[in-house]
Amino acid sequence: MSPDRTPAHAAQAPAPAPPGSAGPAPAGGGRPGRGQDVIHNIGYRGYEGPRLGRSYARRALFSQTLRGAYGLGRSAKSKVLPMLLFAAVSVPAAIVVAVSVVAKSDDLPVGYSEYVLMMQPLIGIYLAAAAPQAFSLDLRFKTTPLYFSRPMERGDYVAAKFAALAAALFVFTAVPVLIMYAGALLAKLGFADQSGAAAQGLVFCVLFALLHAAIAAWIAALTPRRGFGIAAIIVAVTVPFFLITALQGIAWTSDSREAVGWLGVASPGTLLDGIQSRFLGGTSQFPGGQDLTGAQGAVYLVVLAALLACFYALLQRRYRKAGL
Amino acid sequence: MYNPTVARLTYRALLGRRRALILCVLPALLLVVSAAVRAMNGADDAVASQLLGGFALATLVPLVGVIAGTGAIGPEIDDGSVVYLLSKPVPRPSVILTKFLVASGVTAVFSAVPVLVAGFVLNGNSQQIAVAYALAAVVASIAYSALFLLLGTVSRHAVVIGLAYALIWEALIGSLVGGAKTLSVQQWALALAEKVAGSGADISSAVGLPTAVVLLVVVTVGGTLFAGQKLRTLTLAGEE
Repeated sequence: MSPDRTPAHAAQAPAPAPPGSAGPAPAGGGRPGRGQDVIHNIGYRGYEGPRLGRSYARRALFSQTLRGAYGLGRSAKSKVLPMLLFAAVSVPAAIVVAVSVVAKSDDLPVGYSEYVLMMQPLIGIYLAAAAPQAFSLDLRFKTTPLYFSRPMERGDYVAAKFAALAAALFVFTAVPVLIMYAGALLAKLGFADQSGAAAQGLVFCVLFALLHAAIAAWIAALTPRRGFGIAAIIVAVTVPFFLITALQGIAWTSDSREAVGWLGVASPGTLLDGIQSRFLGGTSQFPGGQDLTGAQGAVYLVVLAALLACFYALLQRRYRKAGL
Repeated sequence: MYNPTVARLTYRALLGRRRALILCVLPALLLVVSAAVRAMNGADDAVASQLLGGFALATLVPLVGVIAGTGAIGPEIDDGSVVYLLSKPVPRPSVILTKFLVASGVTAVFSAVPVLVAGFVLNGNSQQIAVAYALAAVVASIAYSALFLLLGTVSRHAVVIGLAYALIWEALIGSLVGGAKTLSVQQWALALAEKVAGSGADISSAVGLPTAVVLLVVVTVGGTLFAGQKLRTLTLAGEE
């Protein structure tokens, strides 16, 4: 009995204290009128510390989303999939380097941006897992109104989340490129050549990450269901790619060489492939390894810019009313 | 064993709202493309085989299978509402069997029918190519449904794992490592198509027909049985 009683006493003992101590507290806070116009003054004190403001909130949301995309700061189970995919995309890069060292070749067997394109299925699955994690769950658990009740604007939320997703994707693609670059330097494959190629590869990673993050972010923001978001993103990223590749194969066999290049505009994967082969010194994966003509290259760049702007605008538009 | 109420609920979960839309987009895309190819190129057996094999059977069928197979049970387990279904006096294997029938029916309708139509559009079923690929699509959709339904009961990441299997194992590793093709639903279905189509149709599979049929039956029956067992001992995980 006595252990039961002691907490009761303990709870009672300080009970008279709060009215005494909390009563003057608001008055002592420098606002004299406080306490008379409230029905219950239960002694909560206002926050008087520094306000960190919009830019801090943006940075915090960015870093939280970026960490969340790799499962950091989340449960051990949710670290498994991103880390597994990250290993699956990085280990072959080390193997590529090892092959070129053993074979004593004077160049890497696979180009930097070519490697990223080869890994597209893995990157697509990582993207499909990461984007709904970043966007859909806030909608599903209705946390967006909590964000927007802070000084943070809608534009800030969209910008921070999009930047974080793009950064996560950039890390996912750039680390294998850097592994290959480091391996190429260790194998003494020619510093100037490899540095130039790796820099082009990194530029390609930036373009790749921005375009794919924009598409995936918009799709993920449309649905509060994670499974649905994953399927929709995979469909949007892979189906056009397979379709266009099949059509290019048909165009190639039926001798309309010009059409191969024009068809490539129609899917994100082939669009980036064309850009890297035309402007970033890569080899094309198009049938016959065909390069773009000058006009096609210009159209590819315009389409890339238009897609980025369009999907970002759609994402902004989506959050005008999201979660309310 | 077939429970009409469970079937109705599953149909509504699969085809209600926007899900039906995403299921319609893929077949529509296939039909539009095959019409365009026919208009540009004329009837050509090699082209038809390339499009139906390279796009329809390699991409369309697995994707529809993942969406329908995992969608039949995954969301219910995910949000916990499967408890209300399981607390009813319906045997759990019969829940799984009903969901499997519905999922394979939906997958077949949304993949095999468009493949058949696309085959007729592309080359008017010359050398039985349309029928062969449609049959392969039906068989593949049954096997995929059983496989992905099982995944849906085993893991919360069923969609990701299913896609990884369909895209990475079958497409990427299958093209690099020959042996991986033996364990590929797509190749088993192709073995059937190879048998049905004419000799000049240029359909080739990495596995023989008897192996393919045995493996298809094993995967379908085994997957459904195991999913039924899994549902009997289901523990609901909280939100991570």
